[in-house]
Amino acid sequence: MSEDRKKDTPEQAEFRAYCKDWLASHVQEAPPVRLPQSAIEIMHTPQMDYLRKWQGEAYAAGLIGCDYPVAEGGGGRTGCQLIANQEMQAANKPFLPNILGLGMAAPTIHIHGKQGIREKLLPRLFSCEDVWCQGFSEPGAGSDLANVQTFAEKKGDKWVINGHKVWTSLAHFADWMILLLRTDKTDKYDGLSYFVVPIKSELGKSVEVRPLIKITGETGFNEVFFDNLEVSEDYLLEDLGKGWQVAQTTLLHERGAGPFVTPSSGGATSGGSGAKEGLHVGGAHSLINLAKSSARNGRTAADDPVIRDKIMEMIIRQEGSKQGARRGRVEGLCDHPMRIPLQSKLVMSEIRQDAGALAMEIEGAASSLYINDDNAPAGGEWPLAYMNSYGVTIAAGTSEIQRNILGERVLGMAKSK
Amino acid sequence: MTQPKNFAFGDDEKMLRDTARKFLEDSLPTDKLHQLVAGNPDLYRDPESLWDEDLWQKIIELGWTTVIVPEDDGGMGMSLVALAALIEESGRVGLPSPFMVTANSSLVLRECKTAPASRLLGEIAEGKAVTLATTTKNGSWLAADCDVELSDGMLNGTAWFVQDARKVDSFIVKAKNSSGIALYEVDFDAENMEIIPDAIIDLTRDQAHIKFNNVQVSDEQLLAAAGQGCAALDRAEPGILTLVSADICGAAEWQLQTTVEYTKVREQFDHQLGYFQAVKHPLVNLMIMIDHAKSLTYNAACAYDTEPENAAKFARMAKARASDAAAFASNRSIQFHGGIGFTWECFVHLYTKRQKHNQILYGDASYQRAKLADLLMGPVAA
Ligand SMILES: Cc1cc2nc3c(=O)[nH]c(=O)nc-3n(C[C@H](O)[C@H](O)[C@H](O)COP(=O)(O)OP(=O)(O)OC[C@H]3O[C@@H](n4cnc5c(N)ncnc54)[C@H](O)[C@@H]3O)c2cc1C
Repeated sequence: MSEDRKKDTPEQAEFRAYCKDWLASHVQEAPPVRLPQSAIEIMHTPQMDYLRKWQGEAYAAGLIGCDYPVAEGGGGRTGCQLIANQEMQAANKPFLPNILGLGMAAPTIHIHGKQGIREKLLPRLFSCEDVWCQGFSEPGAGSDLANVQTFAEKKGDKWVINGHKVWTSLAHFADWMILLLRTDKTDKYDGLSYFVVPIKSELGKSVEVRPLIKITGETGFNEVFFDNLEVSEDYLLEDLGKGWQVAQTTLLHERGAGPFVTPSSGGATSGGSGAKEGLHVGGAHSLINLAKSSARNGRTAADDPVIRDKIMEMIIRQEGSKQGARRGRVEGLCDHPMRIPLQSKLVMSEIRQDAGALAMEIEGAASSLYINDDNAPAGGEWPLAYMNSYGVTIAAGTSEIQRNILGERVLGMAKSK
Repeated sequence: MTQPKNFAFGDDEKMLRDTARKFLEDSLPTDKLHQLVAGNPDLYRDPESLWDEDLWQKIIELGWTTVIVPEDDGGMGMSLVALAALIEESGRVGLPSPFMVTANSSLVLRECKTAPASRLLGEIAEGKAVTLATTTKNGSWLAADCDVELSDGMLNGTAWFVQDARKVDSFIVKAKNSSGIALYEVDFDAENMEIIPDAIIDLTRDQAHIKFNNVQVSDEQLLAAAGQGCAALDRAEPGILTLVSADICGAAEWQLQTTVEYTKVREQFDHQLGYFQAVKHPLVNLMIMIDHAKSLTYNAACAYDTEPENAAKFARMAKARASDAAAFASNRSIQFHGGIGFTWECFVHLYTKRQKHNQILYGDASYQRAKLADLLMGPVAA
């Protein structure tokens, strides 16, 4: 982090000092319940209420949406979200719950939304008064996202929507959804349009949300059914038939490669166990402490040369990716402008998965103990983290799709099917 | 201390690097390199030292050997980042030259802080080529391990794995007596010294072991007195690891791009090879490894100058990741060229061999990780 501070602009430096001050005086109450490892596993209202309060306070203090225009509820600053993120992470704050809103809906609405809509929706998104979800995937449209079949038809001055979305994270809390759908069945790509739609107000009427259970036993994603949901044309982003182009903005940000930095406060959660810190704060370095405090096959894991080698490999990969992000901002040291940005989602998700697997290897026999066992080391968070890591290598474009994109767009190799 | 955000890679460094890239691409296209070093495939050929001395003279004129020589000693006193960028470019073209060994020598000399070391740095700035004779027969990279004895002003013993020994004007020889490790400069044609070329896999370099049989040394040659040599070598080590990593990154990028190009021109089953994900995805993995290695290398280079307390840690990370990238680049570049990739005539073997050599130099990936673990975790309990 230190190297980032070295050359703050005057605006950034002043803002950083402000963030530090505010964070130092901000009182963070302890969560009333165990918090999940990330926002897309928020299951219960007490979890959401606690996190929503935190996001609201951080927004009110100006640490969220810093780089968006003031008229849209932002801070009107330049290059300051990164600063706020660094300081919130350093202060070990809980994660922000409205992750799909902040990370994807906000930049998409800002770039493509109509005037009036942006000013109406974004302030409530930043403050977490409105929770957002992303309705892209469908049973028949996963990696092949452009195959979505959810359909909107114009009736009078309204659009009427019917269809079935799946894997919709946070839909069970969501007030609003960014929605990729079809307005023309004859053209795969140019038949797509992009809406923002209110869903909470329509629950039990034209919208139904059914939770799905993950391999971990947690909930967090859902199926969403639309049965004649009526929305105003104001909620269409860009023109009809431009849905695929708008979706690219969403996807680019989802993969960490877009122009807007996603507000992120790190991820300290209730327990502060190694797993949670390992994934967010200290990174792979937390595996060192885990190895020192774990016994496997009858001896201290930290003395096992194979384990040491594997931990070092994880730490090196993580540092490589951190330094890569730094190098990505030095034009003279990058031969292709998208080469590093397009790697970030793939690399981070696979590091996370491999770190989870390694943590379980370090814990040895005790890694069999899950979150509901009192004897589980680190509260059983590592096995949970390992399993949850598949969410990250599958969601937002699977690792295989990321490799296709990198091979084709960056290396220029022939397009695969 | 903190590092600048841009790794201290500014306009001057970029200009130097861009000029170097252009110069090397023009001077040493790969077919020319192949002609230069791979003319004789005979399995039982004598060890050779094949390089373009005129090209080296031009490199000296361009000032590359002065880059990290301090201004007081007649050099440019630039950052290690600038030098790493030049080494990366020389790795990209597989340059056979005493450039890297001379750079490594300069790093050691800068740490000696003696008049003879200063004098030699000045000579390097003027074009003298120097290499390190510091490795033991059992391949130890540790500063304290030494097979050459110093007594009564004489050197006896053998230095092993001396890099580009036949391209240099003198050697920095590590020798030990009861007070510890000393460093001496010994001329290429010193008396009672035998340079025995090794027959090595790498066609772009030469290597030798050097026998000292009562080689006389004087105070003018004494770069670091007995007891001072280890510290100088240890302080230089992160810099050396960084430069080898930079060479690897350049060479690996050549391996990647050359193989990617081949997947665009070769078709099978009515598709370019790159269409097949069994070809595409490993090349993406390679790209990611190279990017890690390169980012870690520039971080290590920058740390060497601006954050010395972390230099060893970051250098070991860079060399570990770079060595793994080198191995994978070599593996996939041959495999994805198919039968032609297995021939002497295809250029990829030149880089595979250079990379194999690079992987070993100053410790391979698992060695670096073991050393890193000692730094970050403490030693293994007895
Ligand atoms: C935890 C989690 C949260 C999610 N949240 C949301 C959300 O909020 N909103 C939303 O819209 N979606 C969400 N998703 C859905 C996610 O985007 C899709 O699961 C993902 O795009 C993959 O689609 P799929 O599940 O249909 O798998 P498929 O596309 O059927 O893929 C199955 C396997 O085949 C591979 N494959 C497919 N095509 C190719 C190809 N061309 N080349 C090589 N391999 C290929 C895939 O990589 C994968 O391994 C979430 C998913 C998860 C796991």
